[in-house]
Amino acid sequence: MHRLRKPWTDRRAELLLGALASLVLVSILLMIVFVAIRAWPSFLHNGLHWFGAGGDVDRQISDMVNTGADPAPEDYALSAWPLIWATILTTGLAVILGLGFALLAAIFLVEFAPSPVRRVLSPVIRLLAAVPSVIFGLIGILVLAPWINEHLVSQERKASVQYVINLSGTGLLVSVVILTVMITPIMIAIISDALYAVPRSWREGALALGVNRWRAIWTVSVRAVRPAIVAGAVLAAARALGEAIMLSMVSGSKGFAPNPADGLTFVFEPMRTLASTVVEDAESLNAPAVRASVYSFALLLLFSSFMLSITAFVAKLPMKRYGTGR
Amino acid sequence: MATELAPAGAPAPGAGPHPDRGGAAPRTWRPGDRVALGLCWAAGLALCLIAAAIVGYMAYRGIQYLRPSLITSRPRPSADQRGSGGFLDPIVGTVLLTVIGIALATPVAVATAVWLVEYGRPAWLARAVESGIEIVAGTPDIVIAIFGLALFQQSLFAPLSFTAAGGAVFGRSFLVAGAMMALIALPMVFGATREGLQAIPRHLREASYALGKTRIATIRRVLLPAVRPNISTGAALGMGRIAGDTAIVVVLLGATLQIDPTGNVPGLGVLRGTGSTLTSYVYNNSPAGEGAAPQKAYAAAFVLLLIVVALNFAVDLIARHAGRNGLEGTRFSA
Repeated sequence: MHRLRKPWTDRRAELLLGALASLVLVSILLMIVFVAIRAWPSFLHNGLHWFGAGGDVDRQISDMVNTGADPAPEDYALSAWPLIWATILTTGLAVILGLGFALLAAIFLVEFAPSPVRRVLSPVIRLLAAVPSVIFGLIGILVLAPWINEHLVSQERKASVQYVINLSGTGLLVSVVILTVMITPIMIAIISDALYAVPRSWREGALALGVNRWRAIWTVSVRAVRPAIVAGAVLAAARALGEAIMLSMVSGSKGFAPNPADGLTFVFEPMRTLASTVVEDAESLNAPAVRASVYSFALLLLFSSFMLSITAFVAKLPMKRYGTGR
Repeated sequence: MATELAPAGAPAPGAGPHPDRGGAAPRTWRPGDRVALGLCWAAGLALCLIAAAIVGYMAYRGIQYLRPSLITSRPRPSADQRGSGGFLDPIVGTVLLTVIGIALATPVAVATAVWLVEYGRPAWLARAVESGIEIVAGTPDIVIAIFGLALFQQSLFAPLSFTAAGGAVFGRSFLVAGAMMALIALPMVFGATREGLQAIPRHLREASYALGKTRIATIRRVLLPAVRPNISTGAALGMGRIAGDTAIVVVLLGATLQIDPTGNVPGLGVLRGTGSTLTSYVYNNSPAGEGAAPQKAYAAAFVLLLIVVALNFAVDLIARHAGRNGLEGTRFSA
């Protein structure tokens, strides 16, 4: 083949490809820098009170909107605890609920499913993982929330808290249920990948010693993939942490910290996570105080997801060592 | 409910082998083990039921409310649901954004994967890039969106979007949203490509080197053609992510119902302009948004779901096709 251009030299190609590969690092760096710079005033003026509880977050943020182009330090006042608590609560509950289910489903998929079922199940899991969050949110707000409002929340319960919050079906319960459905496929995918990679001979060794199939799986395979279980839970937590749209639709969108001491009312209480606050307040970024607050939420999310990514990476290390990792 | 699903039949007491051991038949197992097996089945079947319920319900609502006129007419701002038009613009927006995002992501992701697998020197940089991609994959889309806003509001990037009279850069346009979408699709294309490259055995590369080819020539003539199905798979997965993402659209596409070009250059004006996608249309028309037109939200969500299912199907098709033609890495392992 005749080519007018000179063929690439290896040296040039390596430099070019390496430069493109470094783009990822550059964008991460830019991300940290830009978000941190814009978030800085909020942390500077609030100090550790930023993480504390106190006052109404919603009112604090709406007060910031009209503070002009050059707000005074006290205009930045913000106590983000209700948002942080809502984030911890939804993420934690969804991961705990989803993990056991995901482990059982992964074992079923890899070990017990007859092959026609398996042929249906694995695309189904991929599809569930790919359904856009806005569709989950739509189902939540149009189907689940009205149903809960009508059948589970009694009038007395609504009346008992009407001076504080408005129970309308949207809240912790719907959020956690839908979030669990959203993140379980991720965990199943990671755990089942690892289960597939467990050498057959390990299980056969256990079977040859006379234990039944379930025991062989539970004591050998599951034990071997413990790092993948941790990694799956952590990555699912990262996904749940950053879920903004679906939660902004079904969480009730109120800066309120659900209180477990409220008994059963707790599960119906509205709240709003950090991520959904960012999405909802992205409209009013022109006010410097709001901007600093929104970017400080984003910075906290960024930091938490970094930590989770690193945890997942560390958790997967032992698997690489004995070759059951990918 | 769970135990009913277990392969049934009570164990004959004392008849079977020791309960801890026992043969292949679950009915000889200990009750606890049988319960666990039943739970496994229950989990698997529940998964199918949930997926079927979601897809079935969306299909039911979609077919109920979807009219051809909705797809072919443009949205109009209106207080009345009957006057607010269809969602032609959001469909075009979704397609446009997906194309921009994947066109930006694929070259970078493939280059990164090739560099990492084939060169990967210096080692510290390779490790940094590898974990960098994992970090990007784990970063919430809303953080990426808000970062994009901060970045593209710099006056350096003014040509990419609308600039207000006072000189403030709006920082929201198809190009800006597409660039951030590329960041979301990148890990998927990268992962698929790297997996493909790693599956190609060494002797294939060595054969090419032995013929006097340089590394880059080997990459272009031997490796890239071999991993093409992997790249397509990754791209299809990435397109699914982009089409389904809402947060970036809500923050970075300017939230105008219609596609609203900036400037007079045809084509480029649209790219610099604002618009909406199916995801933001669903969001805005749900009770959570301003529109509160649930029927149109259902119809649009159904179209969106069809797109995502089609992309998923494409992934399967590519994998099967590649398997049949022996294009997957396994071809070389014999």
